[in-house]
Amino acid sequence: MEPLIRIRGLSKQFGQGCERCLDATGPEHDTNLCRYCGSVMACNDVSFDLYRNEALGIVGESGSGKSTLVRLLHFEWEASGGTVELHRSAGLDNLTDLFEANSDYSRNLLGLTHFQKRQIRNALMGIVYQNPHLGLRMQVSSGGNIAERLLGAGWRNIARMRERSAELLEKTEIPVARMDEPPCNFSGGMQQRVQIAKALSNKPLILFLDEVTTGLDLSVQARVLDLIRNLRNEFKLSMLVVSHDLGVINLLCQRTMVMKAGRVVEAGLTDQILQDPQHRYTQLLVASQL
Amino acid sequence: MQLNEWLEKDSQARSTGEKAGGYPFGFMDDGAKKEIRRSILKAVAIPGYQVPYGSREMPIARGWGTGGVQITLSMIKPDDILKVIDQGCDGSVNAVNIKKFFASVSDVAITTDTLEATIIQTRHRIPEEPMTEDQILVLQVPYPEALREVEPSETETRRMHAEADYSRMWLYLYEDIVNYGEITISYRYPVTVNGRYIMDPSPIPRWDVPKLHMAETLLLFGAGREKRIYAIPPYTAVEPLEFEDHKFRVEDFTGKACSRCGATDTFLDEVIDNMDGGRSHFCSDTGYCDKRYDTWNH
Repeated sequence: MEPLIRIRGLSKQFGQGCERCLDATGPEHDTNLCRYCGSVMACNDVSFDLYRNEALGIVGESGSGKSTLVRLLHFEWEASGGTVELHRSAGLDNLTDLFEANSDYSRNLLGLTHFQKRQIRNALMGIVYQNPHLGLRMQVSSGGNIAERLLGAGWRNIARMRERSAELLEKTEIPVARMDEPPCNFSGGMQQRVQIAKALSNKPLILFLDEVTTGLDLSVQARVLDLIRNLRNEFKLSMLVVSHDLGVINLLCQRTMVMKAGRVVEAGLTDQILQDPQHRYTQLLVASQL
Repeated sequence: MQLNEWLEKDSQARSTGEKAGGYPFGFMDDGAKKEIRRSILKAVAIPGYQVPYGSREMPIARGWGTGGVQITLSMIKPDDILKVIDQGCDGSVNAVNIKKFFASVSDVAITTDTLEATIIQTRHRIPEEPMTEDQILVLQVPYPEALREVEPSETETRRMHAEADYSRMWLYLYEDIVNYGEITISYRYPVTVNGRYIMDPSPIPRWDVPKLHMAETLLLFGAGREKRIYAIPPYTAVEPLEFEDHKFRVEDFTGKACSRCGATDTFLDEVIDNMDGGRSHFCSDTGYCDKRYDTWNH
């Protein structure tokens, strides 16, 4: 099977940069800050494949570039370098010039215009942030939050949008009677579930989960994780799961990448990484897990 | 009128036209007029797109119609016939002052008859009588940005326009329907021009919005304070934002008629008698009302 999305050499640098940036940063230096010019190499030469109906975990300490990676792939930030290519089977028939005639993969998505990137994002991607304030409009009704993505995709029928919102809220265990309440009335766990409903509204192929359970209490965490696992099976989602919690990764993901100081230091099957960590940092991470 | 014919008349007016108080014909200097005309041409070429321009100081305060005044001044010629209305009324303060000003700097003929005028400058109404290809309607605009309601940042609204990213405007309407059962925007109703840009049609009532669609007349919008010009060229599709199951509708005057001319097919203003509290209705378009009144009474 061919990967749904191919990522090669993805990098993001904040600041001017100099010739010595690459040598001065990375896991062996334990920093992503270049001591010569002060640039931050937030993400450096990250390459991986994401397959259909697969959950790929990304673990690492804070500042290791996990969230940067997600923001680059979600087109929120401009990457400094690298390629992101999409498999033809993703469908996107309305973007005709995306695929060359004889190739299975698209042009580099990072080189597209903002407009095209947004079209791809609306058609294929969903994202759930650690902080619901980033993913939701707190003053707009929950149903409206979900409808926003549908409106962006050209839906113009209120009754049908409300039907779809109700359906998704039901799936994410929010009482449909509270559909017209703004998320600021809800508890943290509920807000997170509304966010998941919003992310799923356009039937995405790829779902980004950025520390979704961090900050929730344990019983709520378990329910949200359960929900995500069920939804993955139901919608056949490819997921990129960012977390610093190995428990979450272990529960959701078949494959895992370990990041440190902006680079991938180890990648492989989740079981393998947890049972037999190779890199010094991964060993530390696994050993620290209670 | 052909363009070259128009340019000829314009240069004639500038060389021989009367000068009022030392100002050139049409008050503004040539450079200013040229810039505004260039902006108008660009606006016509990209229907609904807000073209920035260098708004000049006028002898009236910004926010009192300087955008419309500058557009009118930049294209007026001595043989034009001008009509100026304020909320449909030919006789209200704003309209009268602007008319006096135009007359003093360009010496053009003034009329209250929509059909007779070649240029009509208006604040917040479109005349009831259908206008033709030979006329130009200039609308004064206080807030040119239709998306300002949902996004305070100008950088961001420009990005939204550039990428046709209008889901937040639609979300605003969705929320309105969810909360109140219908869209509660009574004037400044947002429209899509030529299938592309969402545009603020200036604070005209809903009643006037359908008149924008496939209008025979060139419609020019000027916002002096906000320094924007935009346009709807003749025969351009203009659609109010609406949902499949919540259609746009205009004000309902069923069972009401103008107390002066008896019209039942016009936009009516409600007038309350201060003494006895009685309510009556009058045409908002006074020129049209006068015409009907005179026909009945002579």
